Amino acid sequence: MSESIIHRFLNYIEIVGSLTVKLAEGAGYYFALLIESLAWIIVGPFYKQPVRIPSIFSQMMTIGIAACPIVFILSFSIGVMLAIQMIYNLKTFGAESQVVVGVALSITREFAPLITGILIAGRTGSALAAKLGTMQVNQEIDALRVMGINPVRYLVSPALLAMLIMVPILTFFSDIAGLLGGALYTGVEIGLSFSAYVDRTIAALMVGDIMQGLFKSLVFALIITLVGASNGFSVTGGAEGVGKATTRSVVLSISFIVIADMIFTYFLNR
Amino acid sequence: MQENKKNVAIEVNDLVTHYGPRKILDGINLTVSEGEIMIIMGGSGSGKSTLLRYLLGLGIPTSGSIKLLGKDITKLNANEMFELRKNMGVAFQGGALLSSMTIGENVKLPLREHTELNEKTMDIMARMKLEVVNLGGFEELMPSELSGGMIKRAAVARAIVMDPKLMFFDEPSAGLDPVVSAELDDLILRLRDAMNMTIVVVTHELDSAFKIADRITVLDRGHILMSDTVEEIKNSDNERIQSLLNRRPSNDMINADEYLSRLTGM
Repeated sequence: MSESIIHRFLNYIEIVGSLTVKLAEGAGYYFALLIESLAWIIVGPFYKQPVRIPSIFSQMMTIGIAACPIVFILSFSIGVMLAIQMIYNLKTFGAESQVVVGVALSITREFAPLITGILIAGRTGSALAAKLGTMQVNQEIDALRVMGINPVRYLVSPALLAMLIMVPILTFFSDIAGLLGGALYTGVEIGLSFSAYVDRTIAALMVGDIMQGLFKSLVFALIITLVGASNGFSVTGGAEGVGKATTRSVVLSISFIVIADMIFTYFLNR
Repeated sequence: MQENKKNVAIEVNDLVTHYGPRKILDGINLTVSEGEIMIIMGGSGSGKSTLLRYLLGLGIPTSGSIKLLGKDITKLNANEMFELRKNMGVAFQGGALLSSMTIGENVKLPLREHTELNEKTMDIMARMKLEVVNLGGFEELMPSELSGGMIKRAAVARAIVMDPKLMFFDEPSAGLDPVVSAELDDLILRLRDAMNMTIVVVTHELDSAFKIADRITVLDRGHILMSDTVEEIKNSDNERIQSLLNRRPSNDMINADEYLSRLTGM
């Protein structure tokens, strides 16, 4: 009896140990991938293997410009939703007019980067994982390597650069869309004019509030690219493997984004 | 022997490789002379695809050396390897064309990455290579719009666009009908004759192997059984080679004790 308890206990320790090793391995892989893709951006040109500008721009188009409508719709809805909730809450204190400050701060500091990050994780992170995974399965990655085209330089670096540029821009766009949503609902509900709303928002917001959101969005861009790329590269086992990697990359990036958001919010508000 | 006079293009010494704890290749020694067509043959699981992967520098061997054009690729740094790769062309089994690009863009890709040629010159060179593989006029199509045989030929065009000295083919006739596969055989012979390439072909198609080979290397369970001319291979009295040549199922004796222990998992 006691022997089986000891046996089970040892089993648990083994599971914990192997999970730790896997975690460290994963973290190491992400970090190595980050260093390598950044290195190609910086030193690639000196080795006659630059990161191609056109591919960065085409990535920026698909990541950024094509995502604008959906970012607008979601952020606008979040803005309206926040205004509804805050007016309802502030009514208890008879302070409905303070809704402007509440919406402005929540949107710029929290909701815009978060909703943009989650959206891009579902849209671009999954696409990156699926693309790299399919290329891995079809030996296209091997083909690139034997042609002397480094897959990280050719596939990951442009995506990383495009993400680092476009996700903050989309976040800023999301700020504006969210505030617009808040303004419209507040106007209808408590009769605050649009220009008054804008004036009060500008008065309430500091540069630091917007910068905090943009800084977080940079971190999210890194997370999405690295998680998507590493899951794509590690695909084995055909079409099913690609599906698994895509799902895993979305779930992992969204989890990492929310956790990183919590950590950064804590430290940025000390 | 005529081969001894020629320069050695590929030299593999005592190559040992593992996949996890499992030993895949065990003490491989192989030389291929310049301008020679070497066929690597063997049943499934013999390690022939693995050998090709290592020849292409896609894996790090446990021990041994692989010299391509006089350079040991197990010891080269990234930059030297990058230079060497410009002299290597590979036609993968499934073609491995980038599915997001047209055939023309695919063929131009190595030129775009490794040369400073202008767009017009690259266009012309890509079309020339596509003509070599009888795919003239297909450069605007996407890989998904081509048949299996055409994709393989397009992959050959991409592989030869830098005029490599070494050319590798992975299962060129797999999944092709006899006519198309015979055309590919002719293409391989033409490439050698016209451009004096050194060509390594991994295949298990006997007809095609006998037709194009200068020499054949037979792999079996990670070992080289024999590496010789077509005649010598055909006349070999090695039982496993004859099984491979005459499509005989291998009838290994089953060890009763081992069999039982495998089944019961004890």
